[in-house]
Amino acid sequence: MQYVDEFRDPTLAKALVAQIEKTLADVPDALKPLQVMEVCGGHTHTLFKYGILQLLPDDIEFVHGPGCPVCVLPKSRLDQCIAIAEQPETIFCTFGDAMRVPGSKGSLLDARARGCDVRMVYSPMDALELAQKHPDKQVVFFALGFETTMPATAMTVQQAQRLGLTNFKIFCQHITIMPTLTALLNQDDVRIDGFLLPGHLSMIIGTKPYQPLVDDFAKPCVVTGFEPLDMLQALLMLLVQFKERRCEIENQYSRVVADDGNPNALKAMAEVYSRKQQSEWRGLGVIEGSGIALSDAYAAFDAEAYFQPQQVSACDPEGSRCGDVLSGRCKPTDCPLFGKPCSPQNAIGALMVSSEGACAAYYHYRTVPTGEGQ
Amino acid sequence: MCLGVPGKVVGITDAAGLLAHVEVSGIKREVNLGCVVNGATDELVGKWVLVHVGFAMCVIDEAQAKETLAALESMQALEHELDDFSQRSHLDAGNVDASEGGA
Ligand code: SF4
Repeated sequence: MQYVDEFRDPTLAKALVAQIEKTLADVPDALKPLQVMEVCGGHTHTLFKYGILQLLPDDIEFVHGPGCPVCVLPKSRLDQCIAIAEQPETIFCTFGDAMRVPGSKGSLLDARARGCDVRMVYSPMDALELAQKHPDKQVVFFALGFETTMPATAMTVQQAQRLGLTNFKIFCQHITIMPTLTALLNQDDVRIDGFLLPGHLSMIIGTKPYQPLVDDFAKPCVVTGFEPLDMLQALLMLLVQFKERRCEIENQYSRVVADDGNPNALKAMAEVYSRKQQSEWRGLGVIEGSGIALSDAYAAFDAEAYFQPQQVSACDPEGSRCGDVLSGRCKPTDCPLFGKPCSPQNAIGALMVSSEGACAAYYHYRTVPTGEGQ
Repeated sequence: MCLGVPGKVVGITDAAGLLAHVEVSGIKREVNLGCVVNGATDELVGKWVLVHVGFAMCVIDEAQAKETLAALESMQALEHELDDFSQRSHLDAGNVDASEGGA
């Protein structure tokens, strides 16, 4: 088993679509069109890449959620990254996804063109290696991402401590998903009927932390894998919940997600991080309890304390509707800036940068609007 | 950004540092096993793990994967039976292109 091709079988996909159509017929009409939020940008990407949206009945609409850390990275935070990268004798390391996100004075790529030492890394461990190689420089890793990426940063910081490195720092932009989902559901004009929950984030935290979505908001949920069959099967499971008027957290991705998550990862996270009061999200504003900082025990590795970059709030460009797209209030094509001037080559909002951003997905894969295909 | 790719642990490179070679679509790279190790690192050789930013994040559960596929296949078998029964043909309308490469 290779765990990839098996979950892309087109004949099985057809059978699943047929089941979805049948099950949808038994879902109460009052719920239609169903608004299903796929929280994770990876899921948004799968939906577009495999043309899944075109296969599905019109009565199922997807609301592309805020689960793409690059898409919700606020301008002000990016400006701070650049301020750190501009410091002398500093190497600023980041994942490729964050390189092109526009700040108010351009992107990290622009900063590099101006002569800053900005490097793209695949893993936080690569940044640690750079710190070992360059003891005369401060090496800063821009730690970006949800719970999926947090354990990797945590274990890297623990390793830096074991090695006694004093020139390795973390600029922490980790964020946590649940406060954002509940903040979205608390807004009156946002309608979401059910959730396809992020598979890889859940592999870390497990399925239990989502319980408030069921208990407090009565939203059926399915933890979902990333291959096309995973997504179709999860959608079918969600529809069956609607049909049977059940409301539970189900797990489609059991080959990867255990109910209790990953104990080693959670232990490292508990040691290295503490929760910040609040964090700013691009397009969504400040969300209470969604931010993560280094714990006191690891404060020596905190780039924010070391460099103290100024925090200046920066507004999103006039006319942009990034926040409305992120919360499902409108589609990317409803934004007056979509396509022109905002495009992947000249991104104005962050949703146009990452391939997981809803706007970039619409831009790349927009061939025929849903419903007019075949 | 939260993508992970399945890969097979082919050998331990540094048992104390919890590092191993993992083969992902034919390419070998060094991966940290800190999140998945529960005892001797050797026990992980030959296992499939999900790799994300240089770390193995979980051991993929083969029994669960088989169960998921079996559920899909039995659903398809049922679908065929019903299909023959009602002679419906509209199922051919859709087409998923599965030939494209991995994400
Ligand atoms: S098109 Fe650009 S500006 Fe408009 S919502 Fe999308 S990313 Fe934001």
